[in-house]
Amino acid sequence: MHAAIPTPAEPTPLLVMQNIGKRFGAVHALKGVDLQLYPGEILALMGENGAGKSTLMKVLSGVYQADEGSILLDGKACQLKGPADAIAAGISIIHQEIKLSPNLTVAENLFLGAELKKGWRVDRAAMNREATQVLQRLSCSFAADSKVASLSIAEQQQVEIARALLRQCRVLVMDEPTAALSNRETEALFRVIRQLRDQGLAIVYISHRMAEIYALADRVSVLRDGTYIGTLEKQQIDAERLVQMMVGRPLTSLYQKSQPHAFGDTVLQIDGLTDGTDVAPCSLSLRAGEVVGLAGLVGSGRTELAKLIFGASKASAGSLSMQGRTMQFRHPQDAINAGIGYLTEDRKELGLFLDMSARDNMLLNVLPSFAWLGWLKHPRLNQRADECIDELKVKVAHRNVSAGSLSGGNQQKLLVARWMEIAPKVLILDEPTRGVDIGAKSEIYRAISELALRGVAVLMISSELPEILAMSDRVLVMRDGHIAGELPGNTTQEAIMALATAA
Amino acid sequence: MNTTTLTSTAQPGKPRELKNIMRAMGILPVLIILALIFSLMSENFLTQDNLLNIARQASINIVLAAGMTFVILTGGIDLSVGAILGSSAVVALALSLDPGFAGWSVPLTLLTGLGMGLANGLLIAFVGLPPFIVTLGSFTALRGVAYLLADGQTLFNADISFAWIGNDYLGPFPWLVIIALAVILVSWLILHHTVLGVRIYAVGGNMQAARLTGIKVGGILLFVYAISGLFSALGGLMSASRLYSANGNLGIGYELDAIAAVILGGTSFVGGVGTIIGTLIGALIIATLNNGLVLMDVSYFWQLVIKGAVIILAVILDKYRSSSGART
Repeated sequence: MHAAIPTPAEPTPLLVMQNIGKRFGAVHALKGVDLQLYPGEILALMGENGAGKSTLMKVLSGVYQADEGSILLDGKACQLKGPADAIAAGISIIHQEIKLSPNLTVAENLFLGAELKKGWRVDRAAMNREATQVLQRLSCSFAADSKVASLSIAEQQQVEIARALLRQCRVLVMDEPTAALSNRETEALFRVIRQLRDQGLAIVYISHRMAEIYALADRVSVLRDGTYIGTLEKQQIDAERLVQMMVGRPLTSLYQKSQPHAFGDTVLQIDGLTDGTDVAPCSLSLRAGEVVGLAGLVGSGRTELAKLIFGASKASAGSLSMQGRTMQFRHPQDAINAGIGYLTEDRKELGLFLDMSARDNMLLNVLPSFAWLGWLKHPRLNQRADECIDELKVKVAHRNVSAGSLSGGNQQKLLVARWMEIAPKVLILDEPTRGVDIGAKSEIYRAISELALRGVAVLMISSELPEILAMSDRVLVMRDGHIAGELPGNTTQEAIMALATAA
Repeated sequence: MNTTTLTSTAQPGKPRELKNIMRAMGILPVLIILALIFSLMSENFLTQDNLLNIARQASINIVLAAGMTFVILTGGIDLSVGAILGSSAVVALALSLDPGFAGWSVPLTLLTGLGMGLANGLLIAFVGLPPFIVTLGSFTALRGVAYLLADGQTLFNADISFAWIGNDYLGPFPWLVIIALAVILVSWLILHHTVLGVRIYAVGGNMQAARLTGIKVGGILLFVYAISGLFSALGGLMSASRLYSANGNLGIGYELDAIAAVILGGTSFVGGVGTIIGTLIGALIIATLNNGLVLMDVSYFWQLVIKGAVIILAVILDKYRSSSGART
């Protein structure tokens, strides 16, 4: 096959995927993809959304069957006809969305489908005992008999890892496991991953975040458009080179900050706004044309503050004014009428209508302006939808295609378009590039910069500090529900983290 | 099947629309197959008289199912349509017997149904109770109201002012059928050509997101239960007028046929997906089955068994077809 890539410790690969091909109808999702995985290593798998990472991992975990190619485990060809085969072969996958039953205990979840029995009865004691052992191996701080609903996302992820270990897994695939974790939780997860690697597990790690690749990966394999591009060794890993491999061209500049321009008057001002529980009294002001970053750990109250401003949750005290006029928002509609847009954090749960067309998803907020007495003017709507698709370079075959069939980046563009359409005075963006590939990221940054240039005040919530630093004119940092401080746009990651963690 | 694969290689834009049409027409083949079977088994099936008969028998269920489609599109359910039909039919008869109100029976009956639907809607949208529970309550309570208003009797009136609804023709077509088709047309216009229609789909598809895009979800829910109540009252007028009478038993079990028609028509029980044309075809399937089985002299007990089996088989077929076509 390839000019074998030697790994110093173990020369023979544990897993080899050879020449894997997979078609869905006319779409060639994977073409001749090769992947090698050695025991005791962390292989990062990178590529833009739609590059074929998930499809490849679904082939590996038996969810899909490859049309071409073979999978060798310990040098022997194996047939994975379903997820059960993969689990039996020692391959476990931890999906981005955690799949546990919140109403059951940790131990019950761990043994789900393979319950330990004493005669015909479920042997809870034995299950708890064995579960406790595995949890200790992962140094978890919760008990085996606690309900999953009471655990944090990070802890639930540990349960998923524990389940993989219980199944004697040798290959562990993790799909963007840190997407919903705070920095501290991410650190803890990394410790566990390294520990598992040192115990000889082979780990495939999928992530969009460059910093994590540097921190974890022993090697990086890159896919693009369903084909295998290449693999870099640890010492060769280099952001510019990886990006080039992923996009197929050098990326001139990811962050497209608009040229310096003068800001206008204060558009939005809040004073002591609080909901009485998650958000302590907060004050801030936004000027026309400026991009203000809102940083802070996950759970520091950033989203809650955004919802408060947007009228999606009730304020118990404090005041809000738009262009000098005091206002009270009882419903998001009030905020929208006043010129505030809010791009939600969780686009599938809180933003998109997956079964509705791209057109309706983009234009939902402005339908009345394309209607006469509630009667829609379809030709004008269609025309406007096509214009939006062009402007944001949304990759979609037709405006009537359902939003659910698009990739993450293109879904996010639909939402950006939705809020651009209301011609907002203030736009709140909550993690605007989470789970979005690099090409789409750059389009979204360009859109943000253009909005700012047009005089929109942008409040950008983000957990990705490079993004905050590159895009913001000012940075506000939240901690434990209050605004802990303000930093200039040219601040450093360290300064932000210091405020965010009170270090 | 063939046409989709052919066009999909030819041009990228069109097949989607064709696919949508195929999806909307999803259950139509079942109706055609049923009609074919019955016309082979009974020579009386495929006559003009009998086809009009089927349409007439389907008409009331079509009207109820149209209202039900709005409700199920938002992810809700309305169990009270049969009870609203019964009580508003009694109201219509009672009004027609009172010389002072006789001329007003149609609009007042419709208002009664609208009011009952609004009551459902208010409890669901603004008190926040689950639709199943609210309409289970009104299903029971309004049935009681129907008996109370009729005083446990059957009300007769051979001289109702709205007799034309159930008995007259417009050209060759019974008014019952014209009304049912008009209800479908109005529903289709609302769902596909108004801002309200798009918002109904949005609320059913993702209620949280709908709220966060500024849609007043409560208003939308109120509307769907109100229109379901209004259509149920229209159904009540249609039955009362056809029978020249009404009693508390009228419309018992109708909600189940209405729900069956909507589900047969491919509307998702979770909300957000479905078409009114599908509902029309679903209601026609049920009426065709009823009619054909009677013509074939199948016993009533077997009719129930076959009807139930066809509903389940049709939905299995639909599920199989849409899941095999969904992947791109």
